[in-house]
Amino acid sequence: MLAMRLLIIEDDKDAAAYLVKAFREAGHLADQAADGIVGYDLAHDGDYDVLIVDRMLPKMDGLSLIGALRAQGKETPALILSALGQVDDRVKGLRAGGDDYLAKPYSFSELLARVEALARRRPKGAPEETVYRLADLMLDRLSHKVTRAGAEISLQPREFRLLEYLMQNAGKVVTRTMLLEHVWDYHFDPQTNVIDVHVSRLRSKIDKDFDPPLLHTVRGAGYMIRDAVR
Amino acid sequence: MTPFVRVFRATAFRLTLAILGLSAIGAAIVLGAVAWQVMSVVDEETRQTIESEVSRLSDQYEQGGLAALDALIEMRSREPGSSLYLLTNNAGLPLAGNISSLPDGVLARPGYVYTPYEIADGDPPRRMALARIFVLPNGFRLLVGHDLSDRARIGAVMLRALATSLIFLAILAGLGALFVTRRVLSRIDAMSGSARAIMAGDLDRRLPVSGAGDELDRLAQSLNEMLQRIGALMAGLREVSDNVAHDLRTPLTRLRNHAELALRSGQDPAALRAAIEKMIEESDSLIKVFDSLLLIARAEAGADRAHMKAFDLAEALAGVTELYEPVAEEKGAKLSLNVSPGLALFGNRELIGQAIANLIDNALKYAAPEAGVGHDPSRAEISISAERVGASIVIAVADRGPGVAPEDRTRALDRFVRLEGARTRPGSGLGLSMTSAVARLHGGEVRLEDNAPGLKVLMILPAGTPAALPRAIAAQ
Repeated sequence: MLAMRLLIIEDDKDAAAYLVKAFREAGHLADQAADGIVGYDLAHDGDYDVLIVDRMLPKMDGLSLIGALRAQGKETPALILSALGQVDDRVKGLRAGGDDYLAKPYSFSELLARVEALARRRPKGAPEETVYRLADLMLDRLSHKVTRAGAEISLQPREFRLLEYLMQNAGKVVTRTMLLEHVWDYHFDPQTNVIDVHVSRLRSKIDKDFDPPLLHTVRGAGYMIRDAVR
Repeated sequence: MTPFVRVFRATAFRLTLAILGLSAIGAAIVLGAVAWQVMSVVDEETRQTIESEVSRLSDQYEQGGLAALDALIEMRSREPGSSLYLLTNNAGLPLAGNISSLPDGVLARPGYVYTPYEIADGDPPRRMALARIFVLPNGFRLLVGHDLSDRARIGAVMLRALATSLIFLAILAGLGALFVTRRVLSRIDAMSGSARAIMAGDLDRRLPVSGAGDELDRLAQSLNEMLQRIGALMAGLREVSDNVAHDLRTPLTRLRNHAELALRSGQDPAALRAAIEKMIEESDSLIKVFDSLLLIARAEAGADRAHMKAFDLAEALAGVTELYEPVAEEKGAKLSLNVSPGLALFGNRELIGQAIANLIDNALKYAAPEAGVGHDPSRAEISISAERVGASIVIAVADRGPGVAPEDRTRALDRFVRLEGARTRPGSGLGLSMTSAVARLHGGEVRLEDNAPGLKVLMILPAGTPAALPRAIAAQ
């Protein structure tokens, strides 16, 4: 993963300092703004990969800030952080131009995974890949065909979408809630380990009879599909 | 305010004034109508008297000529209480009669006329009369009339009656107003006194009901019922916050214990890491409880209605079922979904999905074979279904587990209630109450039924017609 340039717009000093430190430790560059106006100016003039915007900010709230940037044609992906975590808050946030939404309190691994997933979307207008390849694993998005080492693997539709999302984010951590959101289109937090069981089924189909294993569990964070030798 | 000002300002007093005014107008109309009727009768009688006089005089004239007429007039004029007569020659000079003076020109036109007249030594000298005037063939004129003093007296009596009745009406209305005003005012004062006492903190107090069954009583009863409902809601809230305090104390204590353990772990990095991981786990479960509580509270307040729209319920249920399928299989249970394709529901897909997920989760937790029910394959089936029944859409999740005793079924929907046998299993006790809150948000309800054996949870929701939903939704 290449280093990203991030802008954290957050008025809580402790939280902002923690985020800056944590992102730096994860190998990224992070700037910080403590209110909406400063944040807007930095985001407008600076060249950032992802904005992390608190929803409630002094001087200009997070949603207006993103709305103003979008009105200026500035399309830097933005993740909204908010203490308001309910469904309609999330819908409002995304409607205002946010690209992702995370409720406080969040785990840093979840935030990191989501920010990295956002950064990948960056090159706009580039043609969507129709075939994902990773080592000897290949997924064809048009024919819905998956092969590993040339052998065709038969997947259920949902397993296909799971693998598709993982491969789209190859080399990056994907959390359980991200999977639930993108593969099932639900945003709630299932009480039991439902996602784990789906992933382990997928793993048994694509990794069990092959070597090296590609689908890895990242402890305390989620899953990652990557080529072992890279 | 002085008592007088208060009485004057009271609605009842103003109402009484209005009634007094209206009844005065009414009395005037009634008396006026009676007076008019009486006058007409009197006038009619006068006319008849005149007519009969005229016919007698005309008979006399035809038989005996002017001289006979003159003689009869002279004779009749002298009778007491007689009619009025005047005979003039063609020059207008009086020949006979008992009228001494008439205004000029009265005799010029034949026919009936109301006219003032004078008689010799009359008291009063000038009076009113109704008279008929004839022109005789030789240019002589004859006036036959009748005095109208009786008619005027009747008019005066009527006027006096009107005045008297108005005075009595005013006195009666005034007394009534005073009585009603004092009575109503004192009751309203008592009600507002009670309301102030309730505001001051005496929450069990209620507004006085007099037992008269009138509007004030009905108002007091409605307000008392409202207070009762608010009281029940507040008691519910109090219970919830007590429960929250109690149920959060336990995980918070565990969190604290792990933190202390981490502090004491000294140089052992593995122990430190394990303790911190435990702390994160405990905080996550606390956050989940908070999220569920918040979601329930917001669903109950109707906050998420803004995002309701029609969605494919069949697809949503299939998604949730498929999400839990592998977990169920691991536990030796089988999920079966039975829903007609394309069944649509107007609502919040996300919340409905989560509510159904809670139900499936519960069924897996309490009824799957792994949960100790036994390995009879027929007992391992959890059936999820949705169908339209009349104006409702009924979503059912049924298992073959131990079920819930009938007496516990209502209580099971309450927050933090974990029935006997559930305490040892993981869970917050919020799943069913969340499902119930989501159903209420959609204008429906949750019902627990016996699946003989097992538990059947029904989510009964109004079918896709927005009109059947509360106005707040339809307005979106």
